Amino acid sequence: MERIPILKMGDLLLVTIQVDMHDRLAMTLQDDLTGRIVKDRARGVLIDISALDIVDSFIGRMISNTAAMARVLDARTVLVGMQPAVAITLVELGLTLHGVRTALNVEKGIALLQRLAD
Amino acid sequence: MSLAMTGHLAKILNENQEALLEGWLGGMMSRMVRRDKAAEADIRQQATRFIPQVVKAVEKGQTYDFDAPAWSEVRQQLSEMSAARVRQGFSPTETATFIFSLKEPVFALLRQTLSDDPSALATEVTETGALFDRMGLFTVEEYQRGREQVIMRQQQELLELSTPVVQLWKDVLALPLIGTLDSARTQVVMENLLQKIIETGASIAIIDITGVPTVDTLVAQHLLKTVAAARLMGADCIISGIRPQIAQTIVHLGVNLEDVITKATLADAFLIALKRVGATVTRADQAN
Repeated sequence: MERIPILKMGDLLLVTIQVDMHDRLAMTLQDDLTGRIVKDRARGVLIDISALDIVDSFIGRMISNTAAMARVLDARTVLVGMQPAVAITLVELGLTLHGVRTALNVEKGIALLQRLAD
Repeated sequence: MSLAMTGHLAKILNENQEALLEGWLGGMMSRMVRRDKAAEADIRQQATRFIPQVVKAVEKGQTYDFDAPAWSEVRQQLSEMSAARVRQGFSPTETATFIFSLKEPVFALLRQTLSDDPSALATEVTETGALFDRMGLFTVEEYQRGREQVIMRQQQELLELSTPVVQLWKDVLALPLIGTLDSARTQVVMENLLQKIIETGASIAIIDITGVPTVDTLVAQHLLKTVAAARLMGADCIISGIRPQIAQTIVHLGVNLEDVITKATLADAFLIALKRVGATVTRADQAN
């Protein structure tokens, strides 16, 4: 079964989404991620979507939910690498992903998480 | 349309090309407001080309129906001419005069040739008149179309010109908006801003609306959309240049700008932005 890899970087977890999301994959990712946050005692999660050209309302909601779940487990989530076209589409769809922090790229995302942790 | 009738016009035009041309040009020049040598030469050349084309169209098509395929070359010449005149700044009247001043000499010739057949003359005059009216209208229509193309091109240029994104500092962008924001412009503004955020890696963008004359709910919504899109890319937005009247309007309209940092002037917004990126500005004499 295909899985989205979760990389550990210190006390951060990095998730890079490169394939089209569907229900099963999203559920698996949420299972894996919540499990890893607890197991690795992660304080922050980076979700990199720079490889996605299309983000629909489903993925948008999935990201919001994942961020909310991480928050319950005391880990901050930063969404990084969104393409301009994706940002415009999400805004037009009315999905502004409230409560999810964003950064331009992974580097800035890590800096933001470190600032938040201080 | 019968052969005999269309025959008259073609014959008259063909046999009297020189005389017609002179009469036509004379009539046209007397009505022209602007006259210079270059324009005269242009018109003479267009007129010289036009008469044989009409003759050809009448002979080939055997019809006065201007929309018939036989007239396509005439139509093309007229539309080229109208387009050229739009660029040269002629008025619609001047453009249509090109066709209408041909009427008089043609009618004079018809009267001469058909003087002994009044009923044929009457028919021919009506038909020819209708044809020339149609050609004149076509010229004006083409002129109008040329104008519209110019307007559309200018709109496009305006759209591209009026939305610059400038970098004020490392990680700080400014977007001075001038003029009313509609959906099309917002789209361009948003795309430019997001592209620039990627290029420069900026973390703060200042949207300055000093040059936006009025803010209604639609404009406010467009602004909020731009802010939301920038936020999704990881950049915070500050809206600056809010005039007192606009502040009042925003509150009266019930627009919620609470999630956005707003400042009265660009200078204030810039200070906040500098603080956010960790830069400070001091006067040289105080620093020493």
